[in-house]
Amino acid sequence: MGWNNNRGVFIGIFIILIGVIFASKLFVLQVSDPSYKLSAESNSRRMVVQFPSRGLIYDRNGRLLVSNQAVYDIMVVPQELAPFDSVDFCESVGITADELREMLKHMNNQLKKKKILRYKPSVFYKQLSAERYGRFQETQYKYKGFFIQRRTLRKYEYPYGAHVLGYVGEANKSLLKKDDYYTQGDYVGISGIEKVYEEQLRGHKGVKYQLVDVHGRIKGSYRNSRFDIPAESGENITLALDIDLQKYGESLMQNKIGSIVAIEPSTGEIITIVSTPTYDPSLLVGKVRSKNFSILRTDSLEPLFNRAVQARYPPGSTFKTINALIGQQEGVLTPGTKYECHMGYHTRALSVGCHNHFSPLDLSQSIQHSCNAYYCQVFRSILDNSKYKNIQEGFDAWKDYMVKFGFGYRLGADIANENRGFIPNSAYFDKIYNKNWSSLTVISMAIGQGEILTTPIQMGNMAAMLGNRGEFYTPHVIKSIEGTEIPKKFKEIHNTGIDTAYFTPVLKGMEGAVQGPDGGTALIARIPGIILCGKTGTAQNPHGEDHSVFMAFAPKDNPKIAIAVYVENGGFGARWAAPIASLMIEKYLTRSVSAKRAWLEDRILKGDLIHGNE
Amino acid sequence: MGMNSSYRVKVDWVTISIYALLVSFGWLNIYAANYTPDSTAFFDFGREHMKQLVWIALSIVLIGIIFLVDSKFFVEFAYVFYAFTIFLLVTVLFFGKEINGAKSWFELGPVRFQPAELTKVATALSLARLLSRFGFDMSKPINMVKIGAIIFTPILMILLQNDTGSALVYFVFILVLYREGMSPYILFFGFIAAVVAVLTLIIPNVYIIILITITILSPLFFQGVRKCLFTGLLVGAITGAVVFYGTKLLNIALRPEFSLVAGVAALSIYLFYISFKKRLRVILLYILILWGAIILAFSADYFFDQVLNDYQRTRINVLLGLKEDPLGAGYNVNQSKIAIGSGGLLGKGFLKGTQTKLDFVPEQSTDFIFCTVGEEWGFAGTLFVIIGFLGLILRLIFLAEKQHSDFSRIYGYGVASIFFFHFAVNIGMTIGLAPVIGIPLPFFSYGGSSLWGFTLLLFIFLKLDTNRDELIR
Repeated sequence: MGWNNNRGVFIGIFIILIGVIFASKLFVLQVSDPSYKLSAESNSRRMVVQFPSRGLIYDRNGRLLVSNQAVYDIMVVPQELAPFDSVDFCESVGITADELREMLKHMNNQLKKKKILRYKPSVFYKQLSAERYGRFQETQYKYKGFFIQRRTLRKYEYPYGAHVLGYVGEANKSLLKKDDYYTQGDYVGISGIEKVYEEQLRGHKGVKYQLVDVHGRIKGSYRNSRFDIPAESGENITLALDIDLQKYGESLMQNKIGSIVAIEPSTGEIITIVSTPTYDPSLLVGKVRSKNFSILRTDSLEPLFNRAVQARYPPGSTFKTINALIGQQEGVLTPGTKYECHMGYHTRALSVGCHNHFSPLDLSQSIQHSCNAYYCQVFRSILDNSKYKNIQEGFDAWKDYMVKFGFGYRLGADIANENRGFIPNSAYFDKIYNKNWSSLTVISMAIGQGEILTTPIQMGNMAAMLGNRGEFYTPHVIKSIEGTEIPKKFKEIHNTGIDTAYFTPVLKGMEGAVQGPDGGTALIARIPGIILCGKTGTAQNPHGEDHSVFMAFAPKDNPKIAIAVYVENGGFGARWAAPIASLMIEKYLTRSVSAKRAWLEDRILKGDLIHGNE
Repeated sequence: MGMNSSYRVKVDWVTISIYALLVSFGWLNIYAANYTPDSTAFFDFGREHMKQLVWIALSIVLIGIIFLVDSKFFVEFAYVFYAFTIFLLVTVLFFGKEINGAKSWFELGPVRFQPAELTKVATALSLARLLSRFGFDMSKPINMVKIGAIIFTPILMILLQNDTGSALVYFVFILVLYREGMSPYILFFGFIAAVVAVLTLIIPNVYIIILITITILSPLFFQGVRKCLFTGLLVGAITGAVVFYGTKLLNIALRPEFSLVAGVAALSIYLFYISFKKRLRVILLYILILWGAIILAFSADYFFDQVLNDYQRTRINVLLGLKEDPLGAGYNVNQSKIAIGSGGLLGKGFLKGTQTKLDFVPEQSTDFIFCTVGEEWGFAGTLFVIIGFLGLILRLIFLAEKQHSDFSRIYGYGVASIFFFHFAVNIGMTIGLAPVIGIPLPFFSYGGSSLWGFTLLLFIFLKLDTNRDELIR
């Protein structure tokens, strides 16, 4: 009986050991380290969060795009509230008595619902202006339980690039639940660059403890600021964007619906990304934000919709370049292959029309003149290639090329809400046609129509890929982040698996389309002194007039810029998209537009496709 | 055998006195934690201190009932009780109310009740019943499975309720198993496992492996195989170097720790050979522990990154000092330390605390009640609580060892272990020595379920103790 078991003794000793450790730790906390004791009982500590300023955003030429401005929130610690002179309070804050009553009611409701805590500060009144702040600060001692907290809002130096820059707003409930970093009333990047690089931009919150007396006056720092942690401001970032070109692009696209994506082929950097109609990013800052946001949201032209990455259109004839490459790689097409065209491609079952041009044409000419019949032949020879067992296999082989070109999936650009576009596979058609379909059934894809859908950024990427002769970098807006590297995925090159040699006839055709001689579809895009390779497209649109599409890069060798332009309901590619792309390229490469082309610039700037005035 | 028909009350008054002291002191602190100078209505039954008073009164009734029941009943109905509480755990998953993210409460009108508190008692009883069976051999695999089933069923159910803290309590039964003859190596390995798991989060795997190898193999140094150990280390080092430079030459990307693992593997194979040659079976055991620890080191990283929730990761990071988060996970502990620290040697006096009163400390009447003790009663108060709990737990172990019947002894150890776990984790949490795991401090934290659960747990043992000289069957 008794302590006759060694193990029992061992367990006992272990328990005593823990007790001794606890007692020692408590001795340190409570007795030997007097700094934990507060100097006077009536004093209390207040925790003031130090909000970091958000990282600044620059353009590729080092121009400041987005900075910060200070605003002041009135905070409240509900349990410290004491009766105060409400008339005086309303006057210094600039609100009515009713508004104050409403705010207090709201606070009590929040308390009841445990949305805010009695002992923790929460926002009472948001974004006090600087002059009001000065006044409130003076009389603050009269309002026990209230204090001022400085925060920063975004300030936009230019009224351009709203979609790509995105905006900052208050963290919503689901985010608060998900991420410990945010507390109610915190600002967080909601869209665009602000969202994608939120973690780099936001910095680190700090905290400061203050000793406050019974009247709410600050008596000094708590324990010599031993517990304080200063806020660290966010990293500054530099974008690949060229704000001048962005501005120019937005003005060319004014009164038109559509998108421009311009990429530097050698890096994948996005130089310009326009979606119109657009808005001034300053509209979504501060007190006017919610009002403006609901105006923008209900606008029937959907200015909040980022068409550059979210809109899906058929690529139209620009796709012929791709099919020409696949045909060659598959061995069913050579530069010398000639097909006849008699105003289109005609079979007993169906016809694909074409415009008037000479016949027959070779590969380069087919691109220069954008011959539909030629590509019906090419497309069918790809799908019906005897090396594939059946149409399903042939079609999926074609689809695999599409995926390698960056279609059908998100490119993974650093732009929020990217759409993946749509490239069907054979199973898709098996379902529709009950497995009974042929290359003729899907012939419209030969010329970029039918089921396939692409986003403007995917088209811009295609232009860059053509300029690079088969390789591309994932398009990205980020150029550098202070203190860290940009994401690795933007430095990885993607190869499309097409031999470089096959690009020669295709690019020759694209050059011809712009430069001539003997006619081309995009002669209007010619820029004196610059060899521009381009391809027009006219995307059929069941809801109205066709979309005008153009895809190009320049100069032909070592291209500096690749571009894709979509103008909704703009008709032929050469009508709107080609001149816009051409002006953009000229502006970017020479920093100006020659006087000889002023008439063209003028025509575009005045063009109004929204209010029906060309 | 059997019970004496004349009911002799040999109640252990020492334990009862400690219980009474802790409960009363606990109540005072609940009262203080909720006290505000402007509130006058002491007899307001909506307030926590009055509710707790009702629970205390009901606990006395409960104690009376426990003493009226025959000791044999607890043995006889251990499994039935266990099955019933497991049933409750299942039901609460469907009909329970979610509080603070854990779906572990029943709500009947104004009364809330947490079945997990009852399950603790039932599990301790069932484990005692199982281990006390005549001729029970713990080392038999089938029996291990049975023990595992009894302990892990409630753990699983409680984890499903998303109440990690309450689930962890059950691991403390390892102490009971140790007392009842479980191999000390398991305890040793469990301890190593815990240390390794923590270390992997702090230092890179390469150093961990070196550290593990040295620590675990160092006892071999004194086993008379010193020479072989050196040869083995040499073999290991050469193998590691060959793999490291070999892969580098062949341009194979290999994480550096794998070269090290290869080295340790070579060393192990060599020692394996030695153990057969010299017929030293103990070497095998060391090799086994070594590899267990290495696998654990790799899996702990995975567990930490993939299995834990964000908030759990943050809590652990804050505890280990890897991350500062004074507004989030670190907030509670920081506030709690300041509150306790502000108490000084003798405290600010009853009802005079400001830190806890002004709601700086969250959950101050439940999980963080110890802060009120620290602030108002100072080091004198906290030391009193610590001595009180140590006294209770040691007294329980002392009594358990005196039991004639195996069932009573094992159950006694179960009770002591559960008190110990709650004591260690709750107080450890408030002073920043343990991660923030929301489990109550027995008799102090506000709440009827926990008070009843602990009272039931303790007094069943005291009832069994009245028959300490008999064999309860």
